[in-house]
Amino acid sequence: MSIGVHGVSKSFGTFQALENVSLDIPHGTLLALLGPSGSGKTTLLRIIAGLEGPDAGRIEEDGQDITNRHARQREVGFVFQHYALFRHMSVFENIAFGMRVRKAPAAEITSRVEELLHLVRLDGLGARKPAQLSGGQRQRVALARALAIRPRILLLDEPFGALDAKVRVELRQWLRRLHDEIGMTSIFVTHDQEEAFELADEVVVMNHGRIEQRGKPDEVFDKPATPFVMDFLGNVNLFHGRVENGRAFWHGVPIDYPDYPHAQSRPARVYLRPHELDIARTGTAAPGGLGGALAAAAQSLPATVVRLTRTGAMTRITCQTGDASHELHVDLPSAVAREIAFQPGDSVAITPRHVRVFLPDPEYVI
Amino acid sequence: MASNSRWKKSLLNFFHLEHYWKHPLFSAVRRTGQRLARGLRQWSHSLSKAATATRLSELLLIAAAVASIGLLIVVPLASVFVAAFANGPRAWWEAIAHDPDTRHAIWLSLTVAPVAVAFNTIFGIAAAWLVARFRFPGRTLLVSLFDVPFSVSPVVAGLALVLIFGRQGLFGPTLATFGAKVIFAWPGLVLATTFVTLPMVVRELIPVMEAIGPEEELAAVSLGANGWQVFWRITLPNIRWALLHGIVLANARAMGEFGAVYVVSGHIAGATDTMPLRVEKLFQEYRTPASMAVASVLAGLALVTLVAKVVIERQLEAESKELEAARASDAGTDPTTGGDLS
Amino acid sequence: MHSTMPPSATIPPRSRRPPPSRRAFRTVLPGFGISLAITSLVIVSLVIFPLAVLFLRAASLGPAGFLAAAWTPRARAAYAVSLGASLAAAGMSSLVGLLVAWVLVRLEFPGRRILDALVDVPLALPTAVAGLVYSTLYVEKGWLGQWLVPLGIHGAYSRLGIVLVLVFVSLPFAVRVVQPVIESLDKDTEEAARLLGASRSQTFLRVVLPGILPAVVTGFALALARSLGEYGSVVFISGNMPFKTEIAPVLIVSRLEEFAYAEATAIAVVLLAMSLAMLVVVNVLQQRLVRNSQ
Repeated sequence: MSIGVHGVSKSFGTFQALENVSLDIPHGTLLALLGPSGSGKTTLLRIIAGLEGPDAGRIEEDGQDITNRHARQREVGFVFQHYALFRHMSVFENIAFGMRVRKAPAAEITSRVEELLHLVRLDGLGARKPAQLSGGQRQRVALARALAIRPRILLLDEPFGALDAKVRVELRQWLRRLHDEIGMTSIFVTHDQEEAFELADEVVVMNHGRIEQRGKPDEVFDKPATPFVMDFLGNVNLFHGRVENGRAFWHGVPIDYPDYPHAQSRPARVYLRPHELDIARTGTAAPGGLGGALAAAAQSLPATVVRLTRTGAMTRITCQTGDASHELHVDLPSAVAREIAFQPGDSVAITPRHVRVFLPDPEYVI
Repeated sequence: MASNSRWKKSLLNFFHLEHYWKHPLFSAVRRTGQRLARGLRQWSHSLSKAATATRLSELLLIAAAVASIGLLIVVPLASVFVAAFANGPRAWWEAIAHDPDTRHAIWLSLTVAPVAVAFNTIFGIAAAWLVARFRFPGRTLLVSLFDVPFSVSPVVAGLALVLIFGRQGLFGPTLATFGAKVIFAWPGLVLATTFVTLPMVVRELIPVMEAIGPEEELAAVSLGANGWQVFWRITLPNIRWALLHGIVLANARAMGEFGAVYVVSGHIAGATDTMPLRVEKLFQEYRTPASMAVASVLAGLALVTLVAKVVIERQLEAESKELEAARASDAGTDPTTGGDLS
Repeated sequence: MHSTMPPSATIPPRSRRPPPSRRAFRTVLPGFGISLAITSLVIVSLVIFPLAVLFLRAASLGPAGFLAAAWTPRARAAYAVSLGASLAAAGMSSLVGLLVAWVLVRLEFPGRRILDALVDVPLALPTAVAGLVYSTLYVEKGWLGQWLVPLGIHGAYSRLGIVLVLVFVSLPFAVRVVQPVIESLDKDTEEAARLLGASRSQTFLRVVLPGILPAVVTGFALALARSLGEYGSVVFISGNMPFKTEIAPVLIVSRLEEFAYAEATAIAVVLLAMSLAMLVVVNVLQQRLVRNSQ
């Protein structure tokens, strides 16, 4: 089932939740709506589910307009953020609910519920009440309940938001496999980029009720289309520099930037990702050290190591620019960092392998 | 200071207290009390341990609270039963069962209160659903209108009904041509009782429904349930204890309502006297033992209500804790079957 | 008007808010039409219409006629008794209510739960029964009267009696409004105040009381509203002597029994206006208190 969102707008009082949003979701896609809270991602999901009506625009299902179809008739599987399990019903009755209200025969209900309990790995727990389940189990009951009505699309609102880290990762992988098995068009909302990138076929980044970027996880990660996406993906070094004559200046260090060939100088934001920086000791030009050859290159910035922080496989080196006005982070594999043996106080040269420059957009607000 | 003493004086005047404020016995009691308090204070100061002093003042507070409740509530309640059974259970039973007017009053109360409560239940559910699940212009005004019956004297409410349905009232002549009677009759009693108890169910339901939130109902709709299915299978089970709480309290008030019913009933013995009205009538007829007997039935009912209330509140508390737990600790893992996804 | 909400043990603390998505389900959840229809039908026919009729009937008297009906010396005396007794009762209820609520929340002692349950007796006990019992308790031969009457304290057929039953009737309101607020008080601030050298009474007056005063005032307002309109219990105990122990609702009823509808209506309107004015005053006071304590 493909989904089409065309020019959808929605506001709550004076708050503009969605502004002319259009989106096509091909059949079988697992799509992530990624954005901070208040970006409109949940509202979009609820409009697709029919839980809310758009102020303008329309929703299509396989090219057929379903904007005015009531949520009851949309045959959408919706997994709520806090699961919204029916507290007074057993797990079995929760899953059976959709079939019960459709007056399905009892035998069919029983076999379908058993099948779903097996699918979500909750065999034998049908008699329990939601209160007797762990968070992850409740989440799977909510999923089974949504799947029980054989929905045409599956919508999940922050499906892992309320779970602890370990369960979250497990469920994520499991959901991906489940999606591949069932092959149903699925959309989930998340504010966690890791979740979006790991799980989704496609990622839609939203901000202030608009779509900032849409693409495959790699595309979005490697080529953030807007400063917002860059910021939201986080973990960047941001500098305020200038551009002119096809070059951007970062602390006086010129970097090639052919997108701006004009002579007129303009302020720009320069983004450097910590893992896309090379770092080398200056003065003692470490032979064979990573990036040693680059240390002398024109496009490198002199800096001083302030401290080293090890975060698992990576080591983060915090440096200070020569005039001590800025800090920037460089990430190296811990093994490499150990080999080079940086010490606080070392003089280093930092060279970007990759730079992103954004000219200021008057409408852009972080 | 001058204004202070003027206040004191007018207060004393108001309660006709001035003559015993200066009464020798009273002032002796007053002086003894002051001396006792001073002694206690000195004694507690002399105790070196602060904890003992704290404990002492705690004891005094507890004693004061228990004494207030005892004097204001327990003694009167106990005296109903003592007075009702003063002449033995047999006399009590005869006063209740052998007086046809009293029997009729009991019967009338048993038919009026449930109907009024039923009206209130329907209204309460509809109004709470409206207010807790939808946002619309005028909502706040509507909510404040729910409370109006609490700030209108029941007597005034009864009067308003008389002005509408009474013989000289707005609809009185029209009703008379149909031979229908509202005032001095059963429908008037029901209307008056409904008015007085109107806010009770809805006031219980609104906070509970708002705390539960609409998500379960939305989930049911998205699973294909229609309005009735949502109500009977999701909403009603979720609010059942709050609803019962409201019904029990509304019923107690309905059974005991006096002012509004007094005005619209015309208190015709054997026809429009409810139990509380019967209590008053027997009292006016100087048949205090019989009056106490009827009163003891009502007091017994109040005790049953109280027990039911405590039981229901325990359930409500358990449910709200469960709800909170479900919201808060989703992150918890169940060690038995937590990560079995491989 | 919102402050006239009845006390209830199930009112959740103010901090617990419904989830933020609540404004968004207007079109999806069923039953908007039917619940709106039922609610407005009931409110219009049972609340708005009767009160409108009452006011129109009073207005039809004309200003002079209204004054003549509502401002007789006997009526004025009845207003004064109603107002004075209600204020006194609400004040006493607030004080006793604060004491009882504090003891129930903060102190542990055997029988606490029973005491807690007993507070609700006046909500469940018909007021007529309360009036009957109080009058028999405080007469000369009654349980309490036998001790008090020799001292010159007349708890029955007196203004004191009116106040006593009104305290009984309104006490649960005063307790139940204050109780959850005391529960939600942060004990740490009190301990901090004690550590900073404040005495127990200083701590109570400067740290605790400002926090619970708005709730005490709300309880006072509820008790007052209930007391002003109360009829069933007072009629037993007051003796209903014009100019002395006759309250306004009793006067309304006796006018009605004389079929003096116009006069009854006029007095009723004054009584309504009085309780409304009281509520407005108390609401303003409460808002000030809340603002001050923030």
